[in-house]
Amino acid sequence: MLDFDFAVLLSGRYHDMLVAGLRLSLQLTAVTLVLALPLGLLVALLRLSPKAPLRALGFGFVESIRNVPLLAHMLFWYFGAPELLPEALKERLYAGNIEAVSAVMALTLYSAAYMAEDIRSGIRAIPGVQMEAGRALGFGFLATMRLVILPQALRVTVPPLISQTLNLWKNTSVATVIGAAELMYQAGQVESASFRSFESFAFATSAYLGVSLLITALAALYQRRFPVKTL
Amino acid sequence: MLELIDTYWLYFLVGQYPKGPLGGLALTVALAAAGLLLALPLGLLFGLARVSPVRALRWPVTALVFVVRGTPLLMVVFWAYFFLPSLTGHKTDQFTTMLIALVVFDAAYLAEIVRAGIQSLPRGQMEASRSLGLSYLRSMRLVLLPQALRAMLPSLVNQFVSTIKETSLGYIIGLNEVAFIASQINTQVFTKPTQIYATLGLTYFLMCFGLSRLAYALERRLSRRSRPSAISEESASSSAALAPVSP
Repeated sequence: MLDFDFAVLLSGRYHDMLVAGLRLSLQLTAVTLVLALPLGLLVALLRLSPKAPLRALGFGFVESIRNVPLLAHMLFWYFGAPELLPEALKERLYAGNIEAVSAVMALTLYSAAYMAEDIRSGIRAIPGVQMEAGRALGFGFLATMRLVILPQALRVTVPPLISQTLNLWKNTSVATVIGAAELMYQAGQVESASFRSFESFAFATSAYLGVSLLITALAALYQRRFPVKTL
Repeated sequence: MLELIDTYWLYFLVGQYPKGPLGGLALTVALAAAGLLLALPLGLLFGLARVSPVRALRWPVTALVFVVRGTPLLMVVFWAYFFLPSLTGHKTDQFTTMLIALVVFDAAYLAEIVRAGIQSLPRGQMEASRSLGLSYLRSMRLVLLPQALRAMLPSLVNQFVSTIKETSLGYIIGLNEVAFIASQINTQVFTKPTQIYATLGLTYFLMCFGLSRLAYALERRLSRRSRPSAISEESASSSAALAPVSP
């Protein structure tokens, strides 16, 4: 622990493993973000729908996902869910990268539930008369949402969504449990292969911290360029 | 399914308890409760240091909070798992390792809750009590904290829900909490992964959903009772909106 060996991190097999892990972590974050944002928006709209069954559906989605740890989601999507699929599809899935697919599945649902709540509170921050005015002008519920409410609401929603992205970035580490070869998993592999635990964990920690600070800086930048205007 | 529950329910709830170490759901709850209780005083101290006028206190704690909030809990668990033994000289069991990681991690998050609670109070509160002759610490203890802590109560219940969810990461270091026990059962039964992991999810859901409903009810009750101070409430919600942006 006292002889910190930078060389291990800068080149060679262990360097490659760690960098591959970092790349997969970033990919997981990006793919999940792309999938979770529209899903989150959809769920937020369900929760605000004028129809009670749709509202109940949105509520059920958000609460049932947020109240179960991400680890349990991962285990379910990796061990449990593939059993329900038809045989042919299952084989194709197992031939491919099933760890990453399960991880994206769990992360997408988990992040979407949180993002839905952020988007919903953004929409609720818009005064109710905006909806009434839109409806009075003859627009339907969805058209009013799309043309009047959402353009205003999404602007307020960006900062919480960025902090949700930060959580997503940190949550990718949980994919280790199902053996997806992301950064945390690779750090563990390097640790057990080389006994260079301090070096590999230092690499992982600084990579997590670096990307986190980057995302935070992005949020700060956004808030400075587009300060929230109150009506 | 019924047969499965019939065979394993006790194992699921308490692990091998009477004959072996406590585990399962009971361990999850015990770990979460102990983690939060130990993190509370630490989080309060960190929170006070975050708003302290003394730089020597404010800066290191701010740095610590940023680092802990910028790294995944799993990273903290790994550091604790691999380096506590070399620090203390003897092997630490999984429960203590997980407990220490949880306390450090939660304290950083609680510090931000405390800070937001204190900063949501109008500045005049501190100025008034200082001009009445109370010292900084006494104003904090007698005037600011009693108001701030009351507003924090719903956040604390929510933090307990998060802590319960966080204990599931003990799975990775082989702590026999409920997620680990579920996997043990899965290896023994082998043919029913869907049912077993769905049951695991349902268990967490019942526990956490109940608690988050409690937090919601508390929040409504508190906001009803503190109607007169509408201004401080508004600033509380605006600082709460800003809080998650810092990592």
